[in-house]
Amino acid sequence: MLNSINISHIFVGDQDKALDFYVGKLGLEVSNDMNLGFMRWLTVRAPGDPSHDILLEKPGAPAMDEKTAAQVRELIAKGASGFAAGFTTANAKKTYEELKKRGVEIADELTERDYGTDFGLRDPFGNHIRVVERKG
Amino acid sequence: MATATELLNRRMLRARDAIDRSYAQPLDIESLAAVAHVSEAHFIRTFKATFGETPHRYLQRRRVERAMFKLVETDRSVTDVCFDVGFTSLGTFSRTFHDIVGCTPTEYREREAPKAVPNCFTQSWMRPSSFGEARPAARLRASASS
Repeated sequence: MLNSINISHIFVGDQDKALDFYVGKLGLEVSNDMNLGFMRWLTVRAPGDPSHDILLEKPGAPAMDEKTAAQVRELIAKGASGFAAGFTTANAKKTYEELKKRGVEIADELTERDYGTDFGLRDPFGNHIRVVERKG
Repeated sequence: MATATELLNRRMLRARDAIDRSYAQPLDIESLAAVAHVSEAHFIRTFKATFGETPHRYLQRRRVERAMFKLVETDRSVTDVCFDVGFTSLGTFSRTFHDIVGCTPTEYREREAPKAVPNCFTQSWMRPSSFGEARPAARLRASASS
């Protein structure tokens, strides 16, 4: 049966801006960046975790018409994409402070939970990303 | 390439996140409007057009959701929870809670089990949908293995 998550996706409005954010600010690494003709196949992954790629997918032709693509981007921009991705970290406080220094938009402040310490941030397009340091 | 709606939605989302971060404080329309880069006069109307309700209504539901969480996951008294989440009167809190959730804070605490899912997700999904139109989410039993 199914063994693991291979690829998940996040809708992004612009793939170059997405690269600046996910790689430039969050420190993910590019695993694929290929021009397939009909789309740019751009995937990133957490450094040291080759098992899970995230496709930074731009809504548009040929998969959807421009009006629909605009609707998707408008929905993402108002937070409708829900829980886009959750990452772990060895040190939530350090990561939180470093990301803040890099100008990352913090949506939900560093908070202790019963499962660990976590915070929430938003990418330029409105996607909500969470970062957790799990309780040992 | 971004539409005007997309850009406005994104700024309003920033303001909504700001409301969530200081839900126990009174609404500061002036600074929220500044976060969203809209005029104060337009902020409330624009928020409603974007999210389907006024910032005041959104904040009330957020406070009730946080109260629901605290009632189930902590031992704080109903009175303490009321003030913790930003209400200034126990009467108003109880009435608003009942209007939105369909029962009193005490009844809610008595019938709900602590949730097994991460609190951040619960915070998003447990927010009651409106004023009494939808029932609260069905109770999740803590799994036998946890």
